[in-house]
Amino acid sequence: MIESFWSKFFRFYVPLIIFVIFLLFPFYWMFNTSLKPMKELYNLKLNPFYVHQPTLENMKTLLFDTIFLRWMYNTFFVAILSTAISLGASLLAAYAIQRLKFKTSGPTGLAIFFGYLIPPTILFIPLATIIFDLRLWDSLWSLVLTYPTFLIPFCTWLLMGYFKSIPKEMEECAMIDGASRLRVFWRIVIPLCLPGIFSAGIFAFTLSWNEFLYALAFISTTESKTVPIGLVTELVRGDVYHWGPLMTGALLASVPVALVYSFFVEHYVAGLTGALKE
Amino acid sequence: MARVILENVSKYFNEVIAVKDFSLEIEDKEFVVFVGPSGCGKTTTLRMIAGLEEITKGNIYIGDRLINRIPAKDRDIAMVFQNYALYPHMTVYQNLAFSLEMRKLSKKEIDERVKEAADLLEISELLHRKPKQLSGGQRQRVAVGRTIVRKPQVFLFDEPLSNLDAKLRVQMRGELKKLHERLSSTIIYVTHDQVEAMTMGDRIVVMKDGLIQQVGKPLDLYFHPINKFVAGFIGSPTMNFIETELIGSENRLFVQADGFRLRIPEERSRNLQNHVGKKITLGIRPQDLSKASAPVEGETIEALVEIIEPIGNEIYLDVKAGRDSLIASVDPKTRVIPHQKILLQANLENIHLFDPDDEKALL
Ligand SMILES: Nc1ncnc2c1ncn2[C@@H]1O[C@H](COP(=O)(O)OP(=O)(O)O)[C@@H](O)[C@H]1O
Ligand SMILES: [Mg+2]
Repeated sequence: MIESFWSKFFRFYVPLIIFVIFLLFPFYWMFNTSLKPMKELYNLKLNPFYVHQPTLENMKTLLFDTIFLRWMYNTFFVAILSTAISLGASLLAAYAIQRLKFKTSGPTGLAIFFGYLIPPTILFIPLATIIFDLRLWDSLWSLVLTYPTFLIPFCTWLLMGYFKSIPKEMEECAMIDGASRLRVFWRIVIPLCLPGIFSAGIFAFTLSWNEFLYALAFISTTESKTVPIGLVTELVRGDVYHWGPLMTGALLASVPVALVYSFFVEHYVAGLTGALKE
Repeated sequence: MARVILENVSKYFNEVIAVKDFSLEIEDKEFVVFVGPSGCGKTTTLRMIAGLEEITKGNIYIGDRLINRIPAKDRDIAMVFQNYALYPHMTVYQNLAFSLEMRKLSKKEIDERVKEAADLLEISELLHRKPKQLSGGQRQRVAVGRTIVRKPQVFLFDEPLSNLDAKLRVQMRGELKKLHERLSSTIIYVTHDQVEAMTMGDRIVVMKDGLIQQVGKPLDLYFHPINKFVAGFIGSPTMNFIETELIGSENRLFVQADGFRLRIPEERSRNLQNHVGKKITLGIRPQDLSKASAPVEGETIEALVEIIEPIGNEIYLDVKAGRDSLIASVDPKTRVIPHQKILLQANLENIHLFDPDDEKALL
């Protein structure tokens, strides 16, 4: 059926445009605010959607009056390491639960799922004790080790679905062809699950990038803070919100995540729908 | 190339008995077909030979080696799966080369073997394509190619033609048979299609509910089925089964149906003496019923034509004789119209008799 231009316009483009505006507005607002001088920000008479006297003052404050770049580095360090650990563990866990037949594989899968449902607000008290005992208090390693507690259940659950979609015969065929279980995993399962692995990786990366609670609880030294904590604790002084630098920081911090998303969505998740359909 | 021996092999999935007491000796270079309705345990048996399914009871030997505990990759067998299981992320070339790579052959030798197999199966032009870009028939060839590069001792095929359209299936049937001659290797082939089994197999194993019903050459199964199940499964259209009573005495025995009676050939009468007066199941193939010109006592059946199905080289007639429905396959030149009375000549040499209780054939 060939749709007329107007029908397609109203049924497709109009909702799409509304959706895009809705999604991009926060970014626009951050960008907008980050360029405004303090005076303009608090002047209610001016049109808030427009910058009258753009300034780089906020950027300067953020970069030179705080150690924002250090926080960025910390966040990267924690996010990449905890994502790597979580992916490694989840790949093996998900594969074992899905493919190696053992009696408790079903309940294990379920238990992992329930593990994901436990809110971090409950977990962080016992975790704090453990972190303290391990003498990791106030160290980035405390985050690297605690983030997997919620990343692994999530990634495992996601990857289990992917592994399930690979026909068992394909692996069996590879085994008959002479591959060991590990080889099959490496040569057949991983390549076929790349979209899933990337999705899990992106989610894990984003979750650890944005994580707030554990970072707030376990880190107190300014040099060890991650971006979400650093911005909030250093740029909100008492009840004074330094909106300009805060928004600049938020904007800069969202750039890597946006880049990661767009890159992988372009290259891999797009192929997700056709990965296994013949 | 090797013999395959199964000794009292059984497979239980918890309570489900998938295969029971399966014993068979498969000769070197033999083409054996496992045939039976869906769910009868063909695939499970094949998978046990392949090493993909643990053997609950019994022993399997390939060559002289007991392989119960040997993992799939060391059994030196190759298998074609029903859904082909091609590796979708690899090209055809890589698909063919995979098993050789696993066996650490040199690049040069891998290349030679892949090209050789591709030539044999006429898929040389497709080597750089991905499975997604192939038609059903081409995928099937690749799946076969993947097994022959290995030069294994035994080939296992699990319903490899069931996803192809009818015409391609007939063509591939012939090609696989030719391939068997060229490779001169042992092939175990699973199918639910009795025509495939009859046309391809040196020997056929008919299975039902996890049990072997009969093992034999195609025509042996056709002419001497051991029970009612095999008789009904082999041959198309299906054999007619009619509940009758055995009457008469000494050398003159008849099966009495509702609307007709047929004489039992004398040489078979002797073995039937203690069934006289009892119920007996008569089996007669549609091909053994033809149009008769004049009625003969004990040889012809008077029937009413209900449906006429011209096939081309023969006509199938659904007829009614008394209470019983029969199918007859008659000469294509026969002129009949529905609801017409017709006289059918039964080929008495080829009638089958079964004990109605245990369904075994009575000789
Ligand atoms: N993994 C399994 N778990 C439980 N039952 C199974 C399994 N595989 C097969 N079966 C059962 O074993 C029987 C034989 O199956 P199968 O060998 O696949 O039959 P066929 O290939 O002849 O159609 C069926 O009743 C099937 O339900
Ligand atoms: Mg099957």
